[in-house]
Amino acid sequence: MSAATPWTVAGIQTALRAKKISAREIATEFYADIDRRNPALNAYLALSRERAFAQADRVDVATACGEKLGPLAGVPIAVKDVISTAGVRTTCGSKILETYIPPYDATAVARLEKAGAVVLGKTNCDEFAMGSSNENSAYGPVRNPVALDRVPGGSSGGSAAAVAAELAVAALGTDTGGSIRQPGACCGVPAMMPTYGRVSRYGLIAFASSLDRIGPFAGNVADIAAIMSVIAGHDENDATSAAVSVPDYVAAIEQPVQGLRIGVPEEYFAEGIDSEVKEKVLAGIALFERLGCRRVSLKMPHTEYAIATYYILATAEASSNLARYDGVRYGLRVPGATLIEMYRKTRARGFGAEVKRRLMLGTYALSSGYYDAYYLRAQKVRALIARDFSEAFQKVDAILAPTTPTPAFKLGEKTADPLQMYLADIYTVTGSLAGIPGISVPCGTTKEKLPIGVQILASHFNEARILQLARAFEKAGGFTI
Amino acid sequence: MTISRQDVLRVAELAYLELTPEEAELYRAQLDEILNYIGKLQQLDVSNVQPMTQMAFASVEPKTFPDVSPGETEPDLREDTLQPCHIADAVLEQAPDAAKPFFRVPKVIER
Repeated sequence: MSAATPWTVAGIQTALRAKKISAREIATEFYADIDRRNPALNAYLALSRERAFAQADRVDVATACGEKLGPLAGVPIAVKDVISTAGVRTTCGSKILETYIPPYDATAVARLEKAGAVVLGKTNCDEFAMGSSNENSAYGPVRNPVALDRVPGGSSGGSAAAVAAELAVAALGTDTGGSIRQPGACCGVPAMMPTYGRVSRYGLIAFASSLDRIGPFAGNVADIAAIMSVIAGHDENDATSAAVSVPDYVAAIEQPVQGLRIGVPEEYFAEGIDSEVKEKVLAGIALFERLGCRRVSLKMPHTEYAIATYYILATAEASSNLARYDGVRYGLRVPGATLIEMYRKTRARGFGAEVKRRLMLGTYALSSGYYDAYYLRAQKVRALIARDFSEAFQKVDAILAPTTPTPAFKLGEKTADPLQMYLADIYTVTGSLAGIPGISVPCGTTKEKLPIGVQILASHFNEARILQLARAFEKAGGFTI
Repeated sequence: MTISRQDVLRVAELAYLELTPEEAELYRAQLDEILNYIGKLQQLDVSNVQPMTQMAFASVEPKTFPDVSPGETEPDLREDTLQPCHIADAVLEQAPDAAKPFFRVPKVIER
């Protein structure tokens, strides 16, 4: 890649405006790199060259005419394959949507392009975003660019890997129980889950509607802020998107952090955490203290119930959302003598093992006789988990915790044991259930050079606070602590 | 054992999933392990807890309610009016078997 242009949002804006490089040249360089390196990583499932070059040319014409460029002009971005892109194949990592081409764009994608971003292609993910390792993709696993024998995390593994391997400047992922933050930690890149309702879900192919969120991966905190400023905000096409004003995140990140109270919940450092992860995250917290933040110890007693709660609610919602894949309107159809037989055969062949497992779990939890014991009880425990957070945010401005209990594990290590795979989300599902925003940023590596992530969580709609802390941490060298 | 083979077959029927005998046994064992783990929720006393049933935060400004709890506000609903939408052809093109303007399926009504 050209040494002259730093591949950041700001670097690209400067270079484009100075006419040192064109948007077409940037896209060409990224595609050349993708062609060379993607076969080993499997991060991209589809490339949208025609659309990307048309957009790059629009940016270049605007530059030549002296028009005002959007804040993401020419920035190459990858989009997780559960997010709809008009005219570009969108499979959700599933065989059941192998040939599906959406007739419209997700709002987040439309907003990125309106800001000048160039969508390079669609990234690999666990089927319907169900997984923590990317091994549930029907199109093969993504490999972690840091260590090719390891998983990139999931479910947005392709987005995390693409950014970590510099095959995109930034990427959109989705987080339902940790699917942005966990792969961000595994691949060593900043990754943000916004507040529920902050970014429109219009065009996001649903997994669990009360939990699903779209958010960015990028190489640095300023780029996360730049993308958040573009994709956040109310959308009339998503009734759950919040009519809450969006601050200027780019301006917010340079605010001083001195005097902020950071909470450290003891439950996140209890049994099950890898000793190197614990050591680095505690070192990261000590760095925040040196930056003038005040450390407050917290108890969040319902943390241990989060995985159980999450896997009832998420699978119950999925069993409803995925009822639409029946071979009638789109995707795969396997013929049957009757309509019911067609449904059963289509879904049996189209869905992979993890999706079937979750659909059965969710159907069971909602079924007559079990609803109160599972679904209703889980909704009540969700309220208790959310209350743990709202009580904590009376005392602190943000919460710091490890993103994952271990660094990226080896491919195949957990595939035979679904429950062990679910426990990889133990520190991320809590924030998902509470609806609050969070980021994972790099926090050093293990002795084997595997990335470790620290998670920063704040109260609803306080993304600016999170980004401000993340930026201070980055500036102080926390990413390589 | 929390879940029987019979339960698995019934759930698969409700979810419109055809299972092979081997799949039925594999899922039975895995769902059993997961349900046993999930059983830990029974330890909690939730008798006085309201279920968290929705996640909308309409019109909540962080300045006034920094820690508003989910479900405390009603969503901002738009007017239920028709909007033009011209994607019918594109949608039907995605159908495995379309006879415009319909989707075609195996016969469902016997006469």
